[in-house]
Amino acid sequence: MAAAAPRGRSLWRDALRRFAGNRAAIASVGVLATIALAALAVPLLSPHGRDTIFWDLMAAPPELAGWHPFGTDTNGRDLFVRTLHGARISLMVGIVATLVSLAIGVTYGAVSGYLGGRVDALMMRLVDILYALPFLFFVILLMVVFGRSILLIFVALGAVEWLDMARIVRGQTLSLKQREFVEAARALGVPSLAIVRRHIVPNLLGPVVVYATLTVPRIIMFESFLSFLGLGVQEPMASWGVLISEGARSIDTAPWLLLFPGGCLAATLLSLNFIGDGIRDALDPHDR
Amino acid sequence: MLTYALRRLAGAVPTFFIIVAASFFLIRLAPGGPFDQARRLPPAIEANLRRAYHLDDPLLLQFARYAGGLLRGDFGPSFKYHDFTVTELIWGGLPVSLTLGVGAMTIAVIAGGWIGLAAALHRNSRLDHFAMGAAMTGIVVPSFVVAPLLSLVFGIYLGLLPVGGWHGWTNAVLPIVTLSLPQIAIIARLTRASAIEVLGSPFVRTARAKGLPERLVMMRHVLKPALLPVLSYLGPATAGILTGSVVVEQIFGIPGVGRYFVQGSLNRDYTLVMGVVVLYASLIILFNLAVDLLYRVLDPKLGRAA
Repeated sequence: MAAAAPRGRSLWRDALRRFAGNRAAIASVGVLATIALAALAVPLLSPHGRDTIFWDLMAAPPELAGWHPFGTDTNGRDLFVRTLHGARISLMVGIVATLVSLAIGVTYGAVSGYLGGRVDALMMRLVDILYALPFLFFVILLMVVFGRSILLIFVALGAVEWLDMARIVRGQTLSLKQREFVEAARALGVPSLAIVRRHIVPNLLGPVVVYATLTVPRIIMFESFLSFLGLGVQEPMASWGVLISEGARSIDTAPWLLLFPGGCLAATLLSLNFIGDGIRDALDPHDR
Repeated sequence: MLTYALRRLAGAVPTFFIIVAASFFLIRLAPGGPFDQARRLPPAIEANLRRAYHLDDPLLLQFARYAGGLLRGDFGPSFKYHDFTVTELIWGGLPVSLTLGVGAMTIAVIAGGWIGLAAALHRNSRLDHFAMGAAMTGIVVPSFVVAPLLSLVFGIYLGLLPVGGWHGWTNAVLPIVTLSLPQIAIIARLTRASAIEVLGSPFVRTARAKGLPERLVMMRHVLKPALLPVLSYLGPATAGILTGSVVVEQIFGIPGVGRYFVQGSLNRDYTLVMGVVVLYASLIILFNLAVDLLYRVLDPKLGRAA
């Protein structure tokens, strides 16, 4: 046993070290973790329920005496609790829809790149056509058509965000399939689908992780955009977009109704972007 | 060049057709119809209305009729704004929306280009870090948060600008700023990245070595290649600004085209929604085409090949 052999520096260990040296990214992880933990632990952080109405406190400014650190909304509900419940919805939509887009984009891109030739040209032509579509308009139409279910939001947003992913994955696959280990697998008679699954997809991990981290904030933004227009999640659920649109309506009398959910949204999106950039720089230091 | 343009234009036709067909059938799938009201219309009247608007024909026939109308430039009548055709409504709102869009785009390119170039020249300085931090913030803070905040500060606290309506140029300031902020941020980041690459290239070193003043190096050698990626971003930027206008027009109460989209789809005003989708899709397609053509003219690596 070669127990004493010096440990090599693996790609991931190297990347982790570089990531740890990126102050903006580390701070962002902290911010994001705080928001996510607070969202999970709302009942521990506040005695108030999400829909409890304080009849004597309508649109009250933040006060610590009654433990309303963010104030109350125009219906007398505690904004702190509602904002954290909003965090649950927004983060969940961001993550689940990104997973949907990942599943579609990686499969599509890997298959297209691996098969190559005419199939590839056709599949990428379809992506080109889809690129030209004003997607948000279609999502809005979808929401109007099928009603505003949270499930549909997952699928619809995931289904419009996979194009870039498919392109990235295809490009990587094209170069990967020239490599010796793929040739070896093919020589051994491994079927195409198995090669894609076992040899191509795992090697795509780096760029896919980076791109997925940057997709989450885009989807969260889309969802709040829809909710702002009144087409996203519905009462009594509240995503940040819903809270922001309520806040925007009473901006002149109660600006904190916009500032707190808007601030949380901005902090989350900013953190996710910094983390994504951090991972990219950590995995591919030449790109800086 | 001309063959390339024609080929691209021909390629845009199926895209356009898919957009029209998809949105047509999608909105028809929606439950409810344009004549639903709180008080139900007597069945006979509703049947007459449906016949008058050809809504009782088979869907495919309706689609054929609509597509035929489009080819003649006829968007059909609006279902909700009686006595108005969609063409009239869109012509009414278009100048307003164009003012906002063109204004926002111009500001975005000029400001974004400047900021990006400055950041690239002073790479890793405090200015660079500040500008890029601000740009990141500009990208992530959505327009529907920026718009109310701007109207709170400049409209209500400072009383400098009107917060809504459309009566003069002052009304355009806040919406244009709102629309341009995220684009300024994106363009600044793009310009910075490409300018850094250009600044490190041999022809810039040569220009400096032969003693050209820094200003001339910038104007003659750096600016054009550094702005090429920005040029190809202008297509997506148009889409971004058009989408943004939907929200911004609603927040500032501006009589443009964007607000018709959400209103129209909630009201099941089929033709109006279609009109907005068709208009925006054609704008995006045409703009992408123009950008690609311009790119081929400006980029020496591509121009000869065509």
